[in-house]
Amino acid sequence: MIHNKTMIDQRPAPSNTLGPVAWLRANLFSGPLNTLFTLVGLYVLYLLLVPTIQWAFINADWIGTTRADCSREGACWVFVNARFTQFIYGLYPRSEIWRANIVFGGFFTLIAWLAIPRLPFKRWVAVFALVGFPIAAYVLLHGGYFDLPRVPTHRWGGLMLTLLLASIGMIGALPIGIVLALGRRSNMPIVKSFCVIFIEFWRGVPLITVLFMASVMLPLFLPSGISVDRLVRALIGLTLFQSAYMAEVIRGGLQAIPKGQEEAAAALGMSYWKRMGLIVLPQALKMMIPGIVNTFISLFKDTTLVMIIGLFDLLGIVQAALSDSNWLGFSLEGYVFAAFVFWIFCFSMSRYSQYLERKLNTGHKR
Amino acid sequence: MSVRPNARPAGHKPPFWRDRAKRALVFQLLLTAAVAVFLLYIVGNVQDNLSARGITTGFGFLNNTAGFGIVQSLIDYSSQATYGRTFLVGLLNTLLVGGLGVLAATLIGFIVGIARLSPNWLLARMATAYIETFRNIPLLLQIFFWYFAVLRALPSARDSMAFGEVIFLNVRGLYLPEPLFESGFGLIPAAFIVAIGASIALCVWNKRRQEATGKRIPAGWISLVLILGLPLLITVATGVPITWDVPELRGFNFRGGFTVIPEFLALWMALSIYTAAFIAEIVRSGIQAISHGQTEAAQALSLPRNLVLRLVVIPQALRVIIPPLTSQYLNLIKNSSLATAIGYPDLVSVFAGTTLNQTGQAIEVIAMTMAVYLTISLLVSMFMNWFNARVALVER
Repeated sequence: MIHNKTMIDQRPAPSNTLGPVAWLRANLFSGPLNTLFTLVGLYVLYLLLVPTIQWAFINADWIGTTRADCSREGACWVFVNARFTQFIYGLYPRSEIWRANIVFGGFFTLIAWLAIPRLPFKRWVAVFALVGFPIAAYVLLHGGYFDLPRVPTHRWGGLMLTLLLASIGMIGALPIGIVLALGRRSNMPIVKSFCVIFIEFWRGVPLITVLFMASVMLPLFLPSGISVDRLVRALIGLTLFQSAYMAEVIRGGLQAIPKGQEEAAAALGMSYWKRMGLIVLPQALKMMIPGIVNTFISLFKDTTLVMIIGLFDLLGIVQAALSDSNWLGFSLEGYVFAAFVFWIFCFSMSRYSQYLERKLNTGHKR
Repeated sequence: MSVRPNARPAGHKPPFWRDRAKRALVFQLLLTAAVAVFLLYIVGNVQDNLSARGITTGFGFLNNTAGFGIVQSLIDYSSQATYGRTFLVGLLNTLLVGGLGVLAATLIGFIVGIARLSPNWLLARMATAYIETFRNIPLLLQIFFWYFAVLRALPSARDSMAFGEVIFLNVRGLYLPEPLFESGFGLIPAAFIVAIGASIALCVWNKRRQEATGKRIPAGWISLVLILGLPLLITVATGVPITWDVPELRGFNFRGGFTVIPEFLALWMALSIYTAAFIAEIVRSGIQAISHGQTEAAQALSLPRNLVLRLVVIPQALRVIIPPLTSQYLNLIKNSSLATAIGYPDLVSVFAGTTLNQTGQAIEVIAMTMAVYLTISLLVSMFMNWFNARVALVER
């Protein structure tokens, strides 16, 4: 028998499997069909990207204050520049913008705190974000207290209003959604059917009819003499609509908790609310976070619909600015800017939710 | 064992508030009463408010003359028609854009979803870019983009973009040649229906024969030839009973042909492109959900690659794909209500918009509009439940 006592030196991989050429061959030109796809794809990219880059960057005008500063060969970002404050804060008085800035700062700090896994005191921060911060933000934005001048809600607008509508809609929908989801899984037939009817009703109608209902029918539902602010009406509609979707996400999370958990808690003599509050919901809520983030993304996009009932969210204020006679003909610039802002928010949120899903997913995948 | 400090004497019943069944009953009765009181309160307020404003309730307004025109309608409509007719026109327009949107979104969505799994790096990246771009931008913004920034910026009728001198695109819409059917045309759809019937019969026979003898004929190809060929044959045999009414520029506008209004185009494009991004993700995850073991087992049985896909992967992937797919279809139909923002005459726009403003019958109008969408949703979820029960895995 021959024994090889020495290790054979490691040899480099065959040259046709290494390097950029091999990568190109494997991923772009592995057959006639693939080659065709690659060439067509490159041509389409050329057709799309070259004019876009020329329009948006190379031929674009960035500096100036009036439309005369634009050569009209490419994009006129001067328009966005001139209107930037309005796009972000709506018609909020210029002298009071510091208040909105504080709220923005607090908002993003809280979001970041909750999103970054390493930071401590998550539970207390979450409670503050859900209860304390909205109240503080309302006091600061609306004013009328502590010598702050009042800013009526019809002057709120822009990105600020979009974020506000989405967050308040979310915060309001969470508790209602939890109650509805628990009710839908209840053994009590009447409770269950009320919850099913409520959820299926809101999920079955378009948001725009809900907003129409909130703006047209809500004043009819209330005793005469009581008038509700337009913003509050929109918020009520958004919250009810969102709570039905939230209930379904929460129900999905509850279903993922093995039944043994609740049975074990019942065997220890815990009451229904203790079983839910201490055993089932804490486990389920953690698994629901990706789903909750996803519904938040769709709520965030759906807030644009409030412009149809006369509120000026980011899209509404852009649309209003487009009809300014000094700035006619810049719709492309306005929409691209609004789309860019929405895209940044939604894309980063969806990435975060995917990251969470990966973190929570321990399934077997290849 | 006999020492049980909490043991109750036999026959002792716990007080009723400790009895779960009774507690549940009381709680449900209280809840029902609370809901009833709340509803009565609202109904009372509504009655007070309506009588204060002098609005009479009821559906009588549906017989009144509407008095406004609608730019696109599938049935005969004039401003002399009733509000009931308006409702119908709006409903049909909603179903039109919804149906065509579902078709286009499915087509784009499946292509992009499969492209995302392509081994071609560039193709997969382009599909990802498409999905991430369009699903993260609000639909209303996309509708505005297509309508105000693209279609409203097209040249006027005189300088319209022409495609082969028969199709014209300008700021007023898309002008297509309209087919005019002459006598004898009825045979062509009849031939189409006959061909479909024959194909179904052929497939059933082929399957039975295969199960009995193991032999099969390429029934799919034969059916395709039959369905395309038979109507074509009849068309030629009857001497092509179709003439085309080609749009023509006369004065400032086009005459003749068939006009697609820009509102429809913008809404249709935005709905299809937006929903397709979601459908693509559903298709991708459906295909990826099939475990590798399935494909490997099928390959171990030496099934060729196309049969692995057709008999093993796709049937299982469809089970995963179809439920979220139908909810995307529902979303698309509900989202078509955004038509009101650009003035496409859908149900919400002409009925919950114009009719509501003219008549002030807020409750009836909103209730009818919501009922339409609820009915569509319920029909689709009934189909979903039926489908799920049909394809559910039969386990022990």
